[in-house]
Amino acid sequence: MRITCPLCGDRDRREFYYYGDAVYADRPAEGAAPEAWDAYLHLRDNPAGETRDLWYHEMGCSAWIEVTRNTVTHAVLATRLLAERGQTGEGGPSGEGEPKPRRKGKPE
Amino acid sequence: MRYSGFRVLAEGLGGNKGWRPAWRDPEPKAEYDIVIIGGGGHGLSTAYYLAKNHGLTNIAVLEKGYLGGGNVGRNTTIVRANYFLPGNQEFYSHSLKLWEGLEADLNYNVMHSQRGLINLFHSDGQRDAFARRGNAMINQGDDAELLDREGVRRHLPYLDFEQTRFPIYGGLLHRRGGTARHDAVAWGYARGADRRGVDLIQNCEVTGIDIEGGRVTGVQTTRGAIRAKKVGIVVAGRSGQVAAMAGMRLPVESHILQAFVTEGLKPVIDHVVSFGMGHFYISQSDKGGLVFGGDLDFYASYAARGNLPMVEHVMEAGMTLMPMIGKAKVLRSWGGIMDMTPDGSPIIDRTHVDGLYIDCGWNYGGFKAVPASGWCMAHLMATGEPHAVARRFRLDRFATGHLLDEEGTGSQHNLH
Ligand SMILES: Cc1cc2nc3c(=O)[nH]c(=O)nc-3n(C[C@H](O)[C@H](O)[C@H](O)COP(=O)(O)OP(=O)(O)OC[C@H]3O[C@@H](n4cnc5c(N)ncnc54)[C@H](O)[C@@H]3O)c2cc1C
Ligand SMILES: [Zn+2]
Repeated sequence: MRITCPLCGDRDRREFYYYGDAVYADRPAEGAAPEAWDAYLHLRDNPAGETRDLWYHEMGCSAWIEVTRNTVTHAVLATRLLAERGQTGEGGPSGEGEPKPRRKGKPE
Repeated sequence: MRYSGFRVLAEGLGGNKGWRPAWRDPEPKAEYDIVIIGGGGHGLSTAYYLAKNHGLTNIAVLEKGYLGGGNVGRNTTIVRANYFLPGNQEFYSHSLKLWEGLEADLNYNVMHSQRGLINLFHSDGQRDAFARRGNAMINQGDDAELLDREGVRRHLPYLDFEQTRFPIYGGLLHRRGGTARHDAVAWGYARGADRRGVDLIQNCEVTGIDIEGGRVTGVQTTRGAIRAKKVGIVVAGRSGQVAAMAGMRLPVESHILQAFVTEGLKPVIDHVVSFGMGHFYISQSDKGGLVFGGDLDFYASYAARGNLPMVEHVMEAGMTLMPMIGKAKVLRSWGGIMDMTPDGSPIIDRTHVDGLYIDCGWNYGGFKAVPASGWCMAHLMATGEPHAVARRFRLDRFATGHLLDEEGTGSQHNLH
């Protein structure tokens, strides 16, 4: 799988850290109801087909990228900077709530 | 037909003309008391225990492909009871006890082999964590032994103990852990359910769930509508889509996990070895193939096949741990669709629809759970109450904060 970083161009998937569904960019307001936090953290549409998710160009320019791709074919359909998504008024990171990559080890 | 040593002998002498198919291939009826969606390990064991433990036999299992074509036939077959958290512990402990009596119960050879599982550790901190886990396992009534480096060397002399990145400090040995033949588990439960009157309907995809006045009334399928008083959703990686037919949005994201097998070799690895820091684990099948795997590909996927970076990573980890396998030729690799939850633990619960139940969220550890999951799902569907050892596998635990985060990695589906 190759992903086109809007800043760096077409790059190997290994340069990116995968965070999860693009819903992570729509962080609820601080005083939001518990249901909103449950939906944000846990519940997923989990589509077989087109989806949007968040990738971090960890070994490149460090940009957060929203990738539109197909979960059945692995085709990458579109990419844009998460920051741009915020500017279009469709919600976006609150600034302090930017997702941070984590690592762990354990098989099976 | 009962299987036995005598039967094998008699059939051998008689030219093997007496063997019969292990289960029927019935047409779906218009109505059942209970419909189970999904003919994987969990769906089949649910049907089996509904019949065996609760005397309910007017049941159909609806499978969109063939029995055992999903994850139950794609996993790397590790069976263990080495969980840490109350809630998980008693469940997997119960499951291992069922495994230990499974072949006699099913009258079927599932090749359950308690060859011992060793989880390696590589630092003082990891040793402490494994000591604590081992104590928890012993308190639960299961077995655990902490091995130092020489102890590991006695069992696994072929490991590279001096590797600079992850020198081996020791391991946690779980002697009752091991493997089983995955297909045989599906077939054994299928045959057992069929013999008790359960209809196993293959090539029958559920396309809709009928609900009237908040109660489930049946399902729509590619082989017509089927009415049912109770319906169980037991579809592993496809849980999100089937639950959506009942208007549900689940705490599940589907991810791809790959595995590999080599050509058959003479016996060389007689345990299950897990190298967590390298994302690698391995055992040897009775046919001789080295069966091994690693971690998820890490991005949401329904492709049942992975990408090359994880292939390379798993091979590297294997070579780091046991350079001797470098000349073995890989025969096949494949992937399965994993139903990942945000705390890494499963769900066995009722839903907001009366008569509709769900069993899902097995992440990549659901093979060992096949007996206990079926046992508890059957209990829930028959009695309406959760079984004692599965009472924490609630669907609403994410909303209420009663998570079972075994790995302590937080609410990110792919990190469990
Ligand atoms: C590579 C790999 C390695 C693994 N290793 C281990 C291991 O070592 N130990 C361990 O404990 N676990 C392991 N697992 C996990 C384990 O295999 C799964 O958690 C478990 O098999 C899932 O439950 P199941 O058997 O019921 O799933 P499945 O066999 O996938 O059954 C679900 C069934 O539902 C059917 N279905 C889906 N949608 C519909 C529909 N609409 N209508 C009708 N039928 C439908 C599917 O066709 C499928 O047959 C591994 C998994 C993989 C992929
Ligand atoms: Zn970049």
